Amino acid sequence: MMFEDEPVPGYPLPILPGHVSPGRLERVLRAGAFAVTTELAPPDSADPEDVYKRARVFDGYVDAINATDGSGANCHMSSLAVCALLTRVGYAPVMQISCRDKNRIAIQGDILGGAAMGVCNMLCLTGDGVQAGDHPQAKPVFDLDSLSLLEIGRTLRDERRFQSGRKITHAPRVFFGAAENPMVPPLEHRALRLGKKIAAGAQFIQTQYCYDLERLRAFMRAVEDQGLLDKAFLLIGVGPFKTAKGAEFMRNNVPGLYIPDAIVKRLAGAQDQAREGRRICIELIQEIRTIKGVHGVHVMAYRQEESVAEIIRESGVLGERVPWHPGRDQNSADRKAS
Amino acid sequence: MYSVRLWSVRHAQGLNRFYNGFERVLVALAPLWRAIGYQRLERPVAAVERGVKGLLFDCKMCGQCVLSSTGMSCPMNCPKNLRNGPCGGVRNNGHCEVKPEMRCVWVQAFAGAERIRGGLDKIRVVQAPVDRRLEGRSSWLKVVRERTDAPQPESKP
Repeated sequence: MMFEDEPVPGYPLPILPGHVSPGRLERVLRAGAFAVTTELAPPDSADPEDVYKRARVFDGYVDAINATDGSGANCHMSSLAVCALLTRVGYAPVMQISCRDKNRIAIQGDILGGAAMGVCNMLCLTGDGVQAGDHPQAKPVFDLDSLSLLEIGRTLRDERRFQSGRKITHAPRVFFGAAENPMVPPLEHRALRLGKKIAAGAQFIQTQYCYDLERLRAFMRAVEDQGLLDKAFLLIGVGPFKTAKGAEFMRNNVPGLYIPDAIVKRLAGAQDQAREGRRICIELIQEIRTIKGVHGVHVMAYRQEESVAEIIRESGVLGERVPWHPGRDQNSADRKAS
Repeated sequence: MYSVRLWSVRHAQGLNRFYNGFERVLVALAPLWRAIGYQRLERPVAAVERGVKGLLFDCKMCGQCVLSSTGMSCPMNCPKNLRNGPCGGVRNNGHCEVKPEMRCVWVQAFAGAERIRGGLDKIRVVQAPVDRRLEGRSSWLKVVRERTDAPQPESKP
């Protein structure tokens, strides 16, 4: 998909009627395409090239790149900074905002700052508890929860004021998203919670890893029963495992991760476990794509980011579409010329 | 106490009904409270509230009680202070990500809400962010004042 008003990298797209942001992710979703997003693990480094290196591996296969915000409560480069770097060369980043580390004063400042740097998508999260990370001695802030964060973001954008009521002069044009985890208790009420998030202002949803299709289908039926189908764009979380051991470790140590035994067994029984892990992920994507009310996938491939391209290519979900990346149109122009 | 807290959720229906009656009495007595003076009442009432709700719900005295909307499970016992539903870290056995020995406050909240008539409608209401200035103050007196005082300009600036 190519937009004729495709901008100079780093410049915002015009905002179309009915859109809230000048971003590419919102455009792709509203145009009805099956979207692919992924996750970039911010480096433990102050070198911008470390960010660009990590982004380039996704070129041509993803519509937006999430920059995690101290994921797993581990310290890394900030999401805001990663996103600001990415917008400089034209990528469509999703800035993650966790309530764990900042109070409402800092968070609202970041929303304005991020938008000023060209960040068009922000994902409002609660955040993992500090006990999970490398600084368990830190003070958990949790001044807001993800729902009130969404409301505050929407108020900034649509009513041009801070939570205090004080006016701002230029609204942040941001497409707001939230997370959901259809895999963990209270399973029967997860759709209701999704409804609350949508009511609070979530326009797109990226879920935690969904390895259990039965649970996911039950969740989607509940979403439909609640009348929430297509009220927000749903991107289902998937990702490859490298080894059965790794899957076992993750399920014991990553909060909120549910991995059925069948997946671990299948990995353990494979000759080439990494390949089998990618295979499982591809099959999941192909199944997920057929579920009503799903608008895309969010591929999280921590420490095997280079596998995302192969997974997406082999899943075939993009069809002929080549998501924008720096140099895409230059390359095709060169091909045409030659 | 944790075991009492679990008991309270199992008896959410009765406790909610009791509270509704109690609130009506408190509101009816508003002229008396006003005569004594809310300022003067604040400390003793807050102390009683802390005692009673501390025992029943492990109340953290946030000063803006939402127990009726959360199935009688106090959301301030959530290590992340979530007032709008569970996070994504709930363990498969329904326990907390941060405190594995504790049942998720929100798994409990839904269980309690299912017992209260209309509870699942109330749990849908999006709760505003906590006003941290109210910590330690009486929620009961706040409710009485909101119900009986002439509508005032938004108290939160």
